[in-house]
Amino acid sequence: MTAHLLTELTIFILAVFVGMEVISKVPTTLHTPLMSATNAIHGIVLVGAILVAGAAGAPFNAIVGFVLVLLASLNVFGGYTVTERMLQMFRPRVQAPKGPTDGTP
Amino acid sequence: MSATDTTPASWVDVAYLITAICFIFGLRYLSSPKTARLGNRISAVGMLIAVLATLAQGIVNWWVIGSALVVGAAIGIVSAQRVKMTAMPQMVALFNGAGGGAAALVAAGELLKVFHANAIPTYDVSFTSVLSAVIGAISFAGSIIAFLKLQEVMTGRPITYPGQQFVNALIALVIVVCWGLVVANVPNSLEFFWIALVASFALGILFVLPIGGADMPVVISLLNSFTGVAAASTGFVLGNNVLIVAGALVGASGTLLTVLMGKAMNRSVTNVLFGAFGAVKPVAAGAAAKQQNVRSVSADDVAAMLAYANQVIVVPGYGMAVAQAQHSIRELADQLEKKGVEVKYAIHPVAGRMPGHMNVLLAEANVPYTSLYDMDDINPEFERTDVALVVGANDVTNPAAREDKNSPIYGMPILNVDKANNVVVLKRSMNSGFAGIDNPLFDDPKTVMLFGDAKKSIDGVVAGVKAL
Repeated sequence: MTAHLLTELTIFILAVFVGMEVISKVPTTLHTPLMSATNAIHGIVLVGAILVAGAAGAPFNAIVGFVLVLLASLNVFGGYTVTERMLQMFRPRVQAPKGPTDGTP
Repeated sequence: MSATDTTPASWVDVAYLITAICFIFGLRYLSSPKTARLGNRISAVGMLIAVLATLAQGIVNWWVIGSALVVGAAIGIVSAQRVKMTAMPQMVALFNGAGGGAAALVAAGELLKVFHANAIPTYDVSFTSVLSAVIGAISFAGSIIAFLKLQEVMTGRPITYPGQQFVNALIALVIVVCWGLVVANVPNSLEFFWIALVASFALGILFVLPIGGADMPVVISLLNSFTGVAAASTGFVLGNNVLIVAGALVGASGTLLTVLMGKAMNRSVTNVLFGAFGAVKPVAAGAAAKQQNVRSVSADDVAAMLAYANQVIVVPGYGMAVAQAQHSIRELADQLEKKGVEVKYAIHPVAGRMPGHMNVLLAEANVPYTSLYDMDDINPEFERTDVALVVGANDVTNPAAREDKNSPIYGMPILNVDKANNVVVLKRSMNSGFAGIDNPLFDDPKTVMLFGDAKKSIDGVVAGVKAL
């Protein structure tokens, strides 16, 4: 193992701890949006996709490169859109007209 | 960029650092529904920064990248906008698979690049690129099977055959051996890489096949975590920190949710993955005749029970999602609240097909999240509750999990519906639940059943309440 890999492994492990810490505070009511949000975040592989498919002397032909970037792009844009759509539905109790105060059972 | 590197950092790496920080804050803000949307946007801005920084690095093949980005964005955004909330689990599975597939291809591309240059990959690169390709391919194939199951293109029941675990173990062994050969850089090691990739694809399919629909919350979480790890591992291959950090965050989140879901079913994750739970067992046939003492009532009877109650707890399950009954339930709650009835919702952690599935559906129907209660918070409430209204939930309300040591679900934490004064169960028919287990709740003298499609039943009850 190179020193370089060790440095990256350190970053990875620390990030795992940060992730555990942050995510354990997410309430159960938001678990679906959490899945969807993290789903969008792993779309970061789009960066890798662009680097691999877009570098000079790319190892793939254009079709594989296209599919690669397409998959990652689908992941990113779909993921964020779905999460946004879900989150805008979560509302606290609004002061809508309701009469539990005057009604008797 | 070695450890002793003294060259100044490039602005691209600074951009990636900003992105990583955005992701962490994005997840941090998910700790409350009030700030969650802001969090998602911060995370999206982070993503934009990373992508722009990457594009600015002298990319060739502009037309390939550009067109793929635009097409992917168009398909992603349109399908995400159009998908019904009830179909959300399969949508998430699909996007997850896309990410996994991309990670596998990126890793394959990096390795190919080295081979094309007739160079020998370093151990670091060969080890991590095989890892990334293997996990990415498993996640890709597994997500597609999960999608097909959730979409009900194929049966949600476990698909089992003799020697299943043996076959899977064999494939896993092939993958590990090929991995070793690639790292050892034997002649033709590229071919072993392809074998490992194809074997991983097959393993992804085969390992999800025997997992039943009701166990999907665990599988979806696990596949999510897989794609995270695949992305992180791609980061090792490319020496790209933002991929490592983002992948680690997702991997941690997916793992945490997987463990949480397993706990909520009182089953180990291995049992969920390899137990083929809910497979049709020959024993179940003989037991079906036992439940005879069920009382069936009309929608108007239920309306009267609910309207004169002080407190009603709604217990939604997958049946609510199938029948799309969430809007009708909300309407019923509105009508009841007008009559001064307090309505609460009890959410079991594994109700539905993904973590938090019920919460999202009820949120879609404008039910305030403040009315939704977790299992531990609501369970003491049932004793003080006049009517528990069970809508398409079964196993998560089964008292046998608490009392019957011989029950397959014994020990699974349940919602204590049977402690309520009256129980109304909405069910399509007397068929047993997913796990094929009898539910003594239905035989309980204080339980009444309202048979039929959940949405139609609730609409009937709403009409009944209005008429009172």
